[in-house]
Amino acid sequence: MSTTPKTPPLVEQLKGGLDAPICLTWELTYACNLACVHCLSSSGRRDPDELSTAEAKDLVDQLAALQVFYVNIGGGEPMLRKDFFDIVEHSVTNGVGVKFSTNGTYLDRAAAERLVELPYLDVQISLDGMTPEVNDAVRGEGSHAKAVAAMGHLRDVGFEDFKISIVCTRHNVDQLDEFKALADDHGAQLRITRLRPSGRGVDSYHDLRLTNPQQRQVFHWILDHPDVLTGDSFFHLNALTTEIGGPNLPGLNMCGAGRVVCLIDPVGDVYACPFVIHDEFLAGNVRDEGGFARVWRGSALFTELREPTSAGACASCGSYDACQGGCMATKFFTGLPLDGPDPDCIHGHADDALAGVAAGSVPRPSQDHSRPGAVVPVSLTRKR
Amino acid sequence: MPPFDPEAPYRLSPRVGLRPEPFGALAYHYDTRRLVFLKSPDLVDLVRALEQHASAGAAIDAVVAPAAARRPAYVTALASLCESGVVEPLEPAA
Repeated sequence: MSTTPKTPPLVEQLKGGLDAPICLTWELTYACNLACVHCLSSSGRRDPDELSTAEAKDLVDQLAALQVFYVNIGGGEPMLRKDFFDIVEHSVTNGVGVKFSTNGTYLDRAAAERLVELPYLDVQISLDGMTPEVNDAVRGEGSHAKAVAAMGHLRDVGFEDFKISIVCTRHNVDQLDEFKALADDHGAQLRITRLRPSGRGVDSYHDLRLTNPQQRQVFHWILDHPDVLTGDSFFHLNALTTEIGGPNLPGLNMCGAGRVVCLIDPVGDVYACPFVIHDEFLAGNVRDEGGFARVWRGSALFTELREPTSAGACASCGSYDACQGGCMATKFFTGLPLDGPDPDCIHGHADDALAGVAAGSVPRPSQDHSRPGAVVPVSLTRKR
Repeated sequence: MPPFDPEAPYRLSPRVGLRPEPFGALAYHYDTRRLVFLKSPDLVDLVRALEQHASAGAAIDAVVAPAAARRPAYVTALASLCESGVVEPLEPAA
């Protein structure tokens, strides 16, 4: 006799959507002092239509009412907003925890002292190379030094378990052990995530993406380091489990876009995930009647994303149950069909399709806040 | 923390937020920042009612599973929630 009610597996239920997102990213501003070549939101200049302080606080109140337990705040560089602390403090005192991502430029000693006093607050410093040479080629000159200085301030004030967040590229993948040591040395936690061709990444993806052997290397490294966070972003690599046996990567192994995840951008637009800032994945705006809840629960786009999906061209592949066909955003911005293999399919099942994508036919992000002339080219030698 | 004891009283941790969902509930622990899934509405009712009963076992009997055969599954579920800090021993009033 069954001891609990017969219900579908949790992952299947999550695909049908939740009453409110589990993981919500909120980009506070498009303004940024850096101009990273892989910036998923093409940030640089502030948008004149960004949410006001009052609107931002009202949004926090909406999220609190929906019992969104925490938000991932990003940008742009969120600390550039003059009301940054005002918004963060309003959030954490109303039951909505905050984890915010920063490049560290404005995280001086005084800011660190203020941050360490806040409850339910986590800080994530972005770094994409252990050396200035590797990091600054992607994030801009001087960015390595600023990030490392910010880490020092957090450590000095006793901010425990802050995050150091790495986007894995072919240039930094051999530095994972060093990143881990850096995090340990700061009493911090390492987080590594997958590169997506979103925002300005649409232009840098092919120069930065991991090679197939490097993807295998990352897969095993993650399994060997269960205390390293991944944002559950490498689930496409679970296709390897059918090859080597053994467990899936830890975490939620599915595309959460519009189901358990979404993005609110600085002007209040709600997209299915942080990596699909494009009109095709725009569900609504928090300024619309009914606010965020109505967009989350009622938008046609999110309703559609919660329908059962077809395995499409992946249906005949024995790995589909493990990898779920990979990342929707990555397929979209490389010009591939959404119901087929991920461009980083570990079996190479997308290679032919990728080679056949006509130049100029790849979707471009719907907005671009880049500062003219500010983006540095990737100057590292392209490794094959 | 001592192992889960069905004969002892427990409560939903005050550091935990519970959000009802179609499958049951999401539990978020504000201290550990861990998300836990409560995978059935029965389990959610049970967790909310724990504090009203003299023991976890009594809560199970009263709320969800008078049939003996269903009891072990709920004991296991509560033990797991105890491990993640979602439920915690109810300290006797001083």
